[in-house]
Amino acid sequence: MADSNADLDAFRAEARTWLEDNFPASLKDKGLAPWGARQEGVHVDDDARAWQASLGAKGWGTPTWPAEYGGGGLTNQQARVLQEEMARIGASNPIPAVAIMGVTMVGPTILDYGTKEQKQRHIPPICRGEIAWCIGYSEPNSGSDLASLSTRAEDKGDYWLINGQKVWTSGANAADWCGALVRTDTSKPKREGISFMMVSMKQSGVTTRPIQLISGSSPFCETFFNDARAEKNDLLGPLNEGWSVGKRLLQHERASQTGGRGSGSGPAPKPIHEIAKTYVGTDEQGRLADLDLRGRIVEQVMAAAAHTLTTRRIAAEAKGNVQVSAAQSIMKNSATIVGQLHAELMIEIMGNQGLGWEGEGFSKSEIDATRAWLGGKAQSIYGGSYEIQNNIISKNILGLPETTQKG
Amino acid sequence: MAALTEEQSMIRDQAQNWTSSESPVKKFRDMRDGNVEAAFLPETWQSMIEMGWTGIIVPEAYGGSDLGYLTFGLILEETGRNLTASPLFASALVGASAFTIAGNEEQKQGWLPRIVDGSTIATLALEEGPRHGPEQVALKAEKSGNGYTLNGSKTFVMEGMAATALIVPARTSGKPGDQTGITLFIVPADTGGVSRHRLQTVDSRGFANIDFANVEVPAENILGEVDAGYGPLTQLLDRARAGMGAEMLGTANQAFDMTLEYLKTRKQFGQIIGGFQALGHRAAQLFTKKELVRSCVEAALTAIDEDADNTQELASLSKAKAGEFMHQMSNELIQMHGGIGMTDEFDAGLYLKRARVLENAFGNQAYHRDRYARILGF
Repeated sequence: MADSNADLDAFRAEARTWLEDNFPASLKDKGLAPWGARQEGVHVDDDARAWQASLGAKGWGTPTWPAEYGGGGLTNQQARVLQEEMARIGASNPIPAVAIMGVTMVGPTILDYGTKEQKQRHIPPICRGEIAWCIGYSEPNSGSDLASLSTRAEDKGDYWLINGQKVWTSGANAADWCGALVRTDTSKPKREGISFMMVSMKQSGVTTRPIQLISGSSPFCETFFNDARAEKNDLLGPLNEGWSVGKRLLQHERASQTGGRGSGSGPAPKPIHEIAKTYVGTDEQGRLADLDLRGRIVEQVMAAAAHTLTTRRIAAEAKGNVQVSAAQSIMKNSATIVGQLHAELMIEIMGNQGLGWEGEGFSKSEIDATRAWLGGKAQSIYGGSYEIQNNIISKNILGLPETTQKG
Repeated sequence: MAALTEEQSMIRDQAQNWTSSESPVKKFRDMRDGNVEAAFLPETWQSMIEMGWTGIIVPEAYGGSDLGYLTFGLILEETGRNLTASPLFASALVGASAFTIAGNEEQKQGWLPRIVDGSTIATLALEEGPRHGPEQVALKAEKSGNGYTLNGSKTFVMEGMAATALIVPARTSGKPGDQTGITLFIVPADTGGVSRHRLQTVDSRGFANIDFANVEVPAENILGEVDAGYGPLTQLLDRARAGMGAEMLGTANQAFDMTLEYLKTRKQFGQIIGGFQALGHRAAQLFTKKELVRSCVEAALTAIDEDADNTQELASLSKAKAGEFMHQMSNELIQMHGGIGMTDEFDAGLYLKRARVLENAFGNQAYHRDRYARILGF
């Protein structure tokens, strides 16, 4: 829906007044609440609680979601104005971080596929920041070949009985609900016997165990379902058509992962070539003293520039109603290349200083870069690996036949 | 593709229709086989003039349409796709830009309308060695009377045999390698002392070596300020690089489309070969690069149209990224076609040969990576 400039100006004035009345000055430039902020023992101060409550009640934490389910009911243009006004006063939106996967992935999928009752039950608490969601997709033996998943959901008449194990469930230990792909028919070909189930995490049949990663952080869990239960009306979308529901959710996910280093918001980090100069030094012409490294750094910087220009071009084309093809998969892979190259170069630039783990002898920014290098290896794996994105591009965009990918 | 205006869409459609019906690769092949000295067909050039393509970046006051470089890029993309041979790039983009950037009022009035109506074919005669080096100008210009006398040689001059006016950077002071001391001269190609030698290049296009022996140039043919030609020359080269980026994008995109078509039709081991992941993934990665390159090319052309501060940076980005993609794409074009790609009868070789010439012109990938780093200060 297109808004006239006068309408947008009126909305801007309304947003500005509301923010002035409701945003606590103490939270200026404080950033987002960390994942799992609702966990016991994690301190969230009263102002942060109050801000989250008023933003949630207004629906502006999920500004474009329908108002009848607790969203803001705003147009995209109004949402952009709201974002500008919040940025202007240093306010951030805590709801997406608190909801974990609720705002970026599960919520939009429920809005796409849910019944009226399901929307009424699940959407408003996400909007208010009261409920956190995780995603149960991957299993120990079903990664890239996701459709081979084996977690079972048996129809027990008045409930579903669920048994199996999920892995890489981000934030599962803080989540209230899990959007899980489960097998509901073992007699059908593998993609046709899958359903999308909404499973409460707050039951004795569900346990989680954090996974420690090579970077030292633990953002993921293993999640075990041992005779867990789901109500009959917790099936999202039609029975045995969960593959389509699940793919839609992944599209919502990819749309949130195409940023790439240097193209996101927030303060611009020091450019990599400036960091390189401090570690490597320069020659009499002002060039980086290691010319081989210089050549590889400039390639990374140019790749990042091309990525940023493409992000802008896609946005401009979308505005001009030009068909934007293929954007998500190519941008995810491009972001991966740019980000991982950056991280590898940072380690190389810092030499020994890039090889610390913790403690004395290494600065915080050095340790951060090392951890980011390790953590960044996930970028080409999660959300559909680099190779899976290439399958999607070759098959769905270029129209090449699918013969080597069985399923 | 950038969000285009209605006029730009019309011009792109016209260019697509015209090149595919009037100037397909077959036309270029026939010209090559006919060993035409000018390396383009007169009727091709005449049609371009009639369609107004020679005036795209020329202000209306001098007979052009002043539609800008992004619009010119749309045309060059299509001529690049079909390997259409003509002096369009050398004269209507590079030649015309030399006058709009550095020309005085009299020079603009004298030359631009003639470039637009095709009675002048202008070209830049810059290089003196095998590698791009705009500050390496050595060709000597010595003061004589109220003008200058030129002595020296230029190599690999684009459309050098067909050109009627040469834009010649020459050294009026200092030594090769100095940025100051370069002056731009306009030299009609029929001036006494100018001798041209046709080069037969791998891409079968029009190039010449040109010798200057005691060539007299009057003062009114100095383009811009004496000794201060390097600034406008750099501006001119960035326009050439950005425009060439569009041509390269077109050439590489055609190579991509030919390859994709082959992957969808060729059968081996009882199946369409595009179903092999070893090929499908390479196609997917090439497609990703293709989209990234388009953004760089359009950004550089737009920066020129908007007179942006980062034009140099974007021109180098565009030329380097388009060069990298075209290099890889032209090799994959041959490789994925296998044996048929090696035959002269098939068009792949024409694209490969053209690719290397375009890559090398106005600085190759390595040149522009180095320049980009220098612009950013490292």
